Amino acid sequence: MHAPRTECLLNLIDQEYAIRDYQSDIPPRWCTGCGDNAILTAIQRLCRDEQLPPEKTVFVSGIGCSSRLPHYMNAYGFHGLHGRAFPVAEGIKMRRPDLHVFVTTGDGDCCSIGAAHWIHAIRYNMDMTVLLHDNQIYGLTKMQASPTSPRGLKSNTTPRGTQLDPLNPLTVTLGVPNVSFVAQAADWIPDVLFDIISRAYHHKGFSFVRILQRCPEYLPHRFDSWVRDPASMRLLVHPEGLQLSAAISRTYRNQEVHDPSNLDRAREVASLTEEIPVGILYQNPEVPCYEDLREGERPNTPGLIRTVLDEEFEKFTIWPEDHDEVRAD
Amino acid sequence: MKPQVRAEAETKPDGKKSPAKADKKKAQTRKPAGKKKAPPASRRRLAEAVTEHIVEIVSDSGEGAQRCGQSFGSIAARTGLGIWTVEIIPAEIQPPARSVAGASGNRVRLASRRIMNGGDEADLVVAFNEQVLLSRVRANELKPGCIILLESKWRDDPDPAIAQSYAEVTAELTAAGYRLHEIPMEEECVRFVPDTRRGKNMFALGMLCNIYSLDLALAQAQVRFAFRKKDEKIIDINLELLDAGYQWADANLDLKFAIKAARPRDPQIVVNGNTALALGVVGSGMEVCAMYPITPATSASHYLSDIFEKVGCVVHQAEDEISACAFAIGASYAGKCAVTITSGPGLSLKQEGIGLAVMAEIPLVVVDVQRGGPSTGQPTKAEQGDLLAACFGGHGDAPKIIMAAATIEDCFYSVITARKIAETFNMVVVVLTDASLATAQQPFPRPRFREDWLAPPIDQSAVPEDAKPYDWDPRTGMIERFIPGQPNGMHCLTGLAHDRASRVAYDPEVNEEGIRNRSLKLAAFQRTLKTPPVHGGDEGDLLLVGWGSTKGAIEEAVDRLRAEGKAVSSLHLKFLQPMASGIKEVLQRFDKVMTIENNWCDMPDGDLIDEYNRRYSSLAWLLRARHLIDIDCWGETRGQPIKPGRIAEIARGKLS
Ligand SMILES: Cc1ncc(C[n+]2csc(CCOP(=O)(O)OP(=O)(O)O)c2C)c(N)n1
Ligand code: SF4
Ligand SMILES: [Mg+2]
Repeated sequence: MHAPRTECLLNLIDQEYAIRDYQSDIPPRWCTGCGDNAILTAIQRLCRDEQLPPEKTVFVSGIGCSSRLPHYMNAYGFHGLHGRAFPVAEGIKMRRPDLHVFVTTGDGDCCSIGAAHWIHAIRYNMDMTVLLHDNQIYGLTKMQASPTSPRGLKSNTTPRGTQLDPLNPLTVTLGVPNVSFVAQAADWIPDVLFDIISRAYHHKGFSFVRILQRCPEYLPHRFDSWVRDPASMRLLVHPEGLQLSAAISRTYRNQEVHDPSNLDRAREVASLTEEIPVGILYQNPEVPCYEDLREGERPNTPGLIRTVLDEEFEKFTIWPEDHDEVRAD
Repeated sequence: MKPQVRAEAETKPDGKKSPAKADKKKAQTRKPAGKKKAPPASRRRLAEAVTEHIVEIVSDSGEGAQRCGQSFGSIAARTGLGIWTVEIIPAEIQPPARSVAGASGNRVRLASRRIMNGGDEADLVVAFNEQVLLSRVRANELKPGCIILLESKWRDDPDPAIAQSYAEVTAELTAAGYRLHEIPMEEECVRFVPDTRRGKNMFALGMLCNIYSLDLALAQAQVRFAFRKKDEKIIDINLELLDAGYQWADANLDLKFAIKAARPRDPQIVVNGNTALALGVVGSGMEVCAMYPITPATSASHYLSDIFEKVGCVVHQAEDEISACAFAIGASYAGKCAVTITSGPGLSLKQEGIGLAVMAEIPLVVVDVQRGGPSTGQPTKAEQGDLLAACFGGHGDAPKIIMAAATIEDCFYSVITARKIAETFNMVVVVLTDASLATAQQPFPRPRFREDWLAPPIDQSAVPEDAKPYDWDPRTGMIERFIPGQPNGMHCLTGLAHDRASRVAYDPEVNEEGIRNRSLKLAAFQRTLKTPPVHGGDEGDLLLVGWGSTKGAIEEAVDRLRAEGKAVSSLHLKFLQPMASGIKEVLQRFDKVMTIENNWCDMPDGDLIDEYNRRYSSLAWLLRARHLIDIDCWGETRGQPIKPGRIAEIARGKLS
């Protein structure tokens, strides 16, 4: 009912957090070579660099291989229901703006069962960092096609290949009103992955990062052509957006100067099929956050509750003395 | 009426507030003005003293019969009468005019004592056309010889079909013995408003106030209140209409009743169940209500949306019920216990989320304003069909607390209690109300806010180094939850089977330990419950058992039966899961036991239904399973509150 007590937070810790302070005592149980490992590493690095207090940081996920991530973090974690990470994260953030909220979700989790929540989460634009681990397959349930699986992909539920074109998470996100941050990264370029996640973290609003994530277990060669051919990746750079180190720039020469405030171009870039864009496609810091729009003007103190309840009761009250008036007639 | 008068008093030029005095003055000056035009006829006409009456007012939807009924109820309540109002809701949103399916309005039961249900058949009906009247006749809602006040303009309608229909219906009703009064409402109202579709209702209100000897000044104050958001001109027109109706009845009708009022000693509030529910949410200290619109729960969220921000809180309209439930769970997890309000279909969608809250031991309050089911069923109609879905609707073993509100007052306090239980036991509490409570109005003592209704501030202190998030107490299964922000409390909550440290664990012992402890909490909570009191005598021939909104009707039936000398009593359960101790002993003291529920049960009277296949009413199933007693049941699924007369009839049958 009241704002959180803060006294206990005043004995500021002068200790500095190291990477290991963000590692839980559970070793990650993803397959060797799974792209989720690189994402976890990038997040732990981010927490360290930002010195996020673990107790003030919440990782919310759905169900899937990717959604196991919160278990491997030393922070508060919420490994909830398949597809429902967004509304849980929204509920958390709504009355606890002091918490840093991250959402890790899979392509099935976000783009299939949770699709309605995804669309509306973009619209609410609550301040959270969203990592879509897109391996284009259902990993945890053992290789069924996902909405992002490429057409023709053979899986356990599509033994003769999928019939439909995949859904593009970037164009979908960019198509929703109130979109405020959209980026794409790949697990096999860890430095850029980190930079993008870091930019997403610093953006206030719903920061959506689609991460192309390798699943060596079920789609061992799906991303090979891109991994092997840096020219197939188009890096989006801009003084306001992503900046590349010299080393990365040497390897990834296919670059485009892209202004992240240019929504039309962002949509074009997002629709590329031959090449894979990597970088910040769109950012608009002006979009208001739902939690700010809905923030109460006054804290709900007991005194205020009493006053408001009394005001309301007053409207519906019959006083015993009403009766007297009748008799006085 | 109080607030307006106060508001006026506050704007007095001298700035002195003397509400009570101002009040009196107003009332006194207004009254003679109101009565001046009237000949002292009313004084001559002696009012017939009655102890109670049931009045209905029905119209096409949009003609304001509901507002008339509600205002009439409020005025009656203000004079100290016991009231219970029931909404008459058309089957369709935009029904055609003058159709049987379109009847919209209100039933108001008035009595000299406190009453707890809508009663049996009506004594007096005001109808704006013969078709809506017919719908009430066909539904057997009128007493034999019922007084009918019917708009007469249809008799001369230019459309011969309408005129004929009117003539036929009136002839039929007169022949059937109803006491029909044809009233030129249109003709009388058109002097004040060009569009009588908006205005006739106040004329009718005036007539009713005169017929029931209610104070005109109180009625005027009520009209001002009802139109408080409208401008002064509209208020004046409505006051004129009210006055016209009052005077017309005085001069032209030979109908006058007086119901002696029992003066309430304490201030009362008159609201419907959904308003009470919303007020309860505010009083509980919860900060978040996440919902998705669904009838008949929506009006609670409407009212809450209006007032919740005043206390700095949020009604979040989510994209669907799944999301609403997950949103509430997120808020609760973060230390801000939340409520999600819904009705049957929404409850189904929330079940997976409820299961997660059970598994992860997150407090959560779910309110189900039940409607007719299954599927979209009867959205506006009353039914008690969700009890078993609330208890067992999710998958796996998911112990949670189910309670039901039985009165309007209960709707208020149940939410406050539910929040407390949810946070004390880290459990899901489902509060069941239904469409009949949602829209019914009844006065109850004005609550006095208490700070202990609220949760203490959320704990953000460091947890001891070795503490675990699920350190189940071996005796009670209870835990101390860690809330984000608490140093050392970091853990990953999960819907998977987990150990005390919240680590995913599939070993048999760990899985059973979790299930055992979550179940144990229900037992620990059960020990706090008191055996509910028996209404009537402690033992006897027949015990009627009920839950939820049927309480008033069942108890009234019991009172009537006992007055006939029958040894009948009733027991009403507030907590359905778990149930209090001692209930079995109560059941055993009666020869026969039967539940009375507003839900389906097979009656073993056809060729097909026998003891091997009979499906019982929900509570009957629960009681039979728990107590191994051969409990019978009777239920109705007619989409309306069960009438006391019907219950008494069933009980007589059971006794013979
Ligand atoms: C309601 C519900 N339906 C189905 C499942 C089974 N299920 C768990 S994870 C999953 C798909 C996971 O795919 P994705 O989100 O892409 O995550 P990944 O494992 O690939 O990281 C499914 C279908 C479930 N847990 N809950
Ligand atoms: S199945 Fe695929 S996604 Fe899941 S852990 Fe293994 S490699 Fe990663
Ligand atoms: Mg996947």
